[in-house]
Amino acid sequence: MLRELGVEATLVRRESELSAVDGLIIPGGESSVMDKLARMFALDGPLRARIRSGMPVFGTCAGLIMLANNVLDAIDGQESLGGLDVDVRRNAFGAQVDSFEVGVMAPAIAETPLAAAFIRAPVVERVGDGVEVLARLNDGRVVGVRQGNVVGISFHPEVAGDTRVHEYFVRLVADFVASSKSALPA
Amino acid sequence: MTENAQAHTGSNRVKRGLAEMLKGGVIMDVVTAEQAKIAEDAGAVAVMALERVPADIRAQGGVARMSDPDLIQQIIDTVSIPVMAKARIGHFVEAQILEHLKVDYIDESEVLSPADYVNHIDKWKFTAPFVCGATNLGEALRRINEGAAMIRSKGEAGTGDVSEATKHIRKITSEIRALSAMAEDELYVAAKELQAPYELVREVAATGKLPVVLFTAGGVATPADAAMMMQLGADGVFVGSGIFKSGNPAERAKAIVKATTFFDDPAVVTEASRGLGEAMVGINVSDLPAPHRLAERGW
Repeated sequence: MLRELGVEATLVRRESELSAVDGLIIPGGESSVMDKLARMFALDGPLRARIRSGMPVFGTCAGLIMLANNVLDAIDGQESLGGLDVDVRRNAFGAQVDSFEVGVMAPAIAETPLAAAFIRAPVVERVGDGVEVLARLNDGRVVGVRQGNVVGISFHPEVAGDTRVHEYFVRLVADFVASSKSALPA
Repeated sequence: MTENAQAHTGSNRVKRGLAEMLKGGVIMDVVTAEQAKIAEDAGAVAVMALERVPADIRAQGGVARMSDPDLIQQIIDTVSIPVMAKARIGHFVEAQILEHLKVDYIDESEVLSPADYVNHIDKWKFTAPFVCGATNLGEALRRINEGAAMIRSKGEAGTGDVSEATKHIRKITSEIRALSAMAEDELYVAAKELQAPYELVREVAATGKLPVVLFTAGGVATPADAAMMMQLGADGVFVGSGIFKSGNPAERAKAIVKATTFFDDPAVVTEASRGLGEAMVGINVSDLPAPHRLAERGW
């Protein structure tokens, strides 16, 4: 999807690959496995450092879990990277048969509802000070948040074919790159 | 955007989407809740709940059926990663039971004894997604046409011999490449020869890949086996008997996860392969008389 938006995209599994990017997307998947692999290959420390340094990061589904300061219903010993002062509950909607597609209102991102697929999705149960709510379900539950340059959503717009959240994030990265360049001494 | 108002479950995108989320991962066969926990702790992206691993089904013989719902329920209650379970080919009532149990993926599997030698399950009728086995592209597309949301190449389950897995993943990927190279007016005959629906054949030719995620299965026993399947174009691997029929299941499971993630890095695969103890004993597929080859079930 990023390539369709004209953005250069690369896979990040190692520290050397992380240091080469201006922004990072933590995609869907199994958050407990991402956490294990990140720690097994010592990527967790560098990731936390880059997030703290202000690099734009966008987590979808499992990525949101990885970016939450606090994870509910985690497996034993599961850690997250943090970056969003929120509590996120894993598998908040139940099993796969309960996974669904729906329109999600996200006024800061798009005027019309986002096409969203919730696949064994998490939900945000507590929103800390300084965290902006980006998206809610019709029943009011929070499914999209932003704090500084860290964006997290419960759902998969890419599965549903909606590019607008990714475009929003690409703008964030472009602004970040522009501002860090202008901050450098000439 | 009228579809947006009401949430709807069981759509094609939601079914295929879960498989997308498993990409790059390892799905492990487990026969107890305790094994499921070991698999989850080792980094499995999902577990396959069954009563006997294929190696035991093969050794013990007899009719192999869906597992006891109690066993599946215990495994669902024990782990938080997705739980898959097997129904016999064509046994739509076993599939109804698995869906009722809220299994995350149903495997209509040749590892069990087929319940219908003519028809597979009409998978469109279910909210739960299905994964099905295939030995070639035509078989994969027939399953997708019936509603499968994920394909696994079959290999030869319960052998620890990776050669059939290699054959099937190579066959599927090479047939996809062949379609991509064809002129548009050649696709009609290609569809006839593959015995697959023309619309799906055209889609594969245009995109150069299956419309669903493609895992590989059947004989993967070592980190190197898993990495080879990934290098041959699999999106992920199923490991059946290979883990819990080995000397040190927890370590072997972890090692296979590492090798699957860094499949293209010999340094990581080498490290992952060290000191794992006994691999499963295994049977050479060539020593199996043809009627005992599970991959020949399903059509």
